[in-house]
Amino acid sequence: MAEVHNLQELQQNAALATKIFIQRDYTGGILCQFQTKFPPELESRVERQYFEETVKTLNSYYTEAEKIGGSSYLEGCLACVTAYVIFMCMETRYEKVLKKIAKYVQEQNEKIYAPRGLLLTDPIERGLRVIEVSIFEDRCSSGSSSGDSTTSSYSGR
Amino acid sequence: MPPPMKQCEYSQITTQTSSPMESPKKKRIPRRKWEVFPGRNRFYCDGRIMMARQTGVFYLTMVLIVVTSGLFFAFDCPYLAVNITPAIPVIAAILFFFVMGTLLRTSFSDPGVLPRATQDEATDLERQIDVTNGSGSAGGYRSPPRTKEVTINGQMVKLKYCFTCKIFRPPRASHCSLCDNCVERFDHHCPWVGNCVGKRNYRYFYMFILSLSFLTVFIFAFVITHVILRSQMTGFLNALKDSPARYPLLFSVVCFFSVWSILGLSGFHTYLISSNQTTNEDIKGSWSSKRGKDNYNPYSYGNIFTNCCAALCGPLPPSLVDRRGVLQPDLPQSVAPSNGITTYGATHSQSNMCDQDQCIQSTKFVLQAAATPLLQSEPSLTSEEPTLPGKMTISPACTTLGLGQPTPPSSTLNLTADPVVMDAMPLKDGREGHHFLTPDEAPSPPGMLTPGTPISHSHTMHILNAVAQDSMHEDSVRGLVKLSSV
Repeated sequence: MAEVHNLQELQQNAALATKIFIQRDYTGGILCQFQTKFPPELESRVERQYFEETVKTLNSYYTEAEKIGGSSYLEGCLACVTAYVIFMCMETRYEKVLKKIAKYVQEQNEKIYAPRGLLLTDPIERGLRVIEVSIFEDRCSSGSSSGDSTTSSYSGR
Repeated sequence: MPPPMKQCEYSQITTQTSSPMESPKKKRIPRRKWEVFPGRNRFYCDGRIMMARQTGVFYLTMVLIVVTSGLFFAFDCPYLAVNITPAIPVIAAILFFFVMGTLLRTSFSDPGVLPRATQDEATDLERQIDVTNGSGSAGGYRSPPRTKEVTINGQMVKLKYCFTCKIFRPPRASHCSLCDNCVERFDHHCPWVGNCVGKRNYRYFYMFILSLSFLTVFIFAFVITHVILRSQMTGFLNALKDSPARYPLLFSVVCFFSVWSILGLSGFHTYLISSNQTTNEDIKGSWSSKRGKDNYNPYSYGNIFTNCCAALCGPLPPSLVDRRGVLQPDLPQSVAPSNGITTYGATHSQSNMCDQDQCIQSTKFVLQAAATPLLQSEPSLTSEEPTLPGKMTISPACTTLGLGQPTPPSSTLNLTADPVVMDAMPLKDGREGHHFLTPDEAPSPPGMLTPGTPISHSHTMHILNAVAQDSMHEDSVRGLVKLSSV
C-alpha cells in the first residue's frame, strides 16, 4: 500500500476507491477556512502531521487572500476610481493567491499524497466548499490479487 | 495485463490540472461549461457575461438613465455651460459614465454563485445526514428539514440543506428562486439590474446606486437652476412658454420623484454596509434584538468604518463557477457511449433534473441492451458489457434521487448495487475496468481529456450504436438540455 509511486504511476495503476471531503470551518466567520480535524479514513494512509500541515498551509493561504489590509484597500479604491473597469485587465490579489494554492496542491500531491495513493483536489474546483481527497487502491503492485482487493474495498464501503 | 489497459486507465485517472490537456481539446469544437450550467441564467459573449433570465427591466433601467441624461445634455447643458461654468457637463459626463460602468458591471458579473455539488460530494453528504439522523427518519414520506448548526463568532447559525444544489448552504448564502442558484452572501435579486446581488457584485451595486443618486441629485439641482435663471431673465411664465425651458421643468418633476426613491435606497444600503448586513438578513430580522437579547450580527467587525471598508474595498473574491472552462467529454458517465458530444455536456451538469433523467435514461439503456444483446459485433467485448455501465450509473444516480423522496435509504441501495458490479469485476479485462472507473471518476478535477479517450469512447460508441437507442438517447438528451436551459 505504501509503496512508492509517482503521480503518473498512481494514475496508471490505481483504481479510485473512495473520496472523502474536508468541510469548511465557519467558526471564525465566512472566511474560507477548512477543518483541520484529521479524518479517520486517512488513519492508515498518511501521517497525521503531514495532512494537518497541508490543511493549515492551505488555510493560511486563504487567510492571506482574504486579508483586509492596506493592499486590499489600495486595490479596492483603485478599482473603484476606474469604475471597476480595471479588473478587466488586472488580476486581483485573490487570483494570484489561488494560483499559488494550485501550485502548492500539485506539489503536495507529488511529494506526499500520490506515493500514498491519495490525491487532493484544489478546493477552487469544488467551489471552495470542500477539500476533496481521493483514495486510490493499488491494483498492479499487488499482482494477481488486484481484483480481490478492489472488490473488498468496494463492498467494505 | 494487456498494454491497452494501461492506456485506458491512464486516460481515466489523470489528475493533472487542465493546462497540459488543452491541446487535444482544441480539435473538437470546445464546449464551455456555461452551456450546461444548471441555473436559470443567461450568458453572453461566450460565457463572459452572466445575467438572470428576465432582463426586460434591466433594459428599462438603461433606457431611463440614458434618456434622462441625454435630455439633460441636450437641453440644459448648453445653457448652463455658457451661463455658469463648462465644468457642469464635464462632471455630469463623468458621473454618467461611472453610473453606466457600475451598472453594467453589476449586471454582467457573477454574483457569487455556488456551484452545485458533484455527485460524490452529494453522496457523501447524504451518508453523513443518514448517520446523524439515524435510520428511522429515512422511512418517512418526507424527510425532516435538514439543518446543520455551526457557531460563528459565538453566535449559533443554522445552515440549511439545499435540495437543488445538494449542499449545506454556507452562512449568508441563499438560494435565488429566480436564477435557481445558491448565491454567496445573497443580498437580493434585483430585476432593475437584471441579476442577483451577492458577494461578488454587491460593491458594484452599491457604487451604482450611490453614483446614480449623485447623478440624479446633480441633474435635479441644475435643472432647477436652469429654470430659475431663465425665469429671472424673462419671468417664470415666459420661461415656461419658451420651449427649451419647458422640458427642464417637466424633467425636474420627474427627477423630484426618482430622487427620493434612489436616495432612500442608497441610504438604506449605506446603513446595511455599515452594519455589515444583507438586505435578506435585514428583512428577515436575523440579527435584530427583537429575536432575543443576545442576538447579534456575528459578521460585523464591530465598527462602522471597518465594515464599510471590508464591504467596499475588501479583496474581491473569485468566481466559483468556471463558466469558460472547457467541458471534458470523457467525464460523463456511462450514458455517454451511445451518444455524441451533447450527451457529455448534458450528463455533466449535476442538477436534480439531470440525475433523475440520467436514472431514467440508464434504465432505458439497460432494458434496451438486455433486449438486444447481440447488437455488439466486437469480439473482444463480452456480451454483458453494455449493461454494466448502465447498472453502474443507476446506483449513483438513483442514490441522489432518493434524496428527500420516499425511496428506501440510499445507503442500502448503494450497498446492493456495488457488489453486483464488483462481482463481475474480476472477470473483466482492462477495457471493462476502464468503464468501471468512469462513474466514480466523473467529478474529479477537470482537464482530463487525453488523446486516448475520445478514441476509446467512439469505439464503444460504434459498437453500441443501435439506431433506436441512439435516436432515443438523442431525444432525451435534447430534452434534457432544453429542460436545463429553461
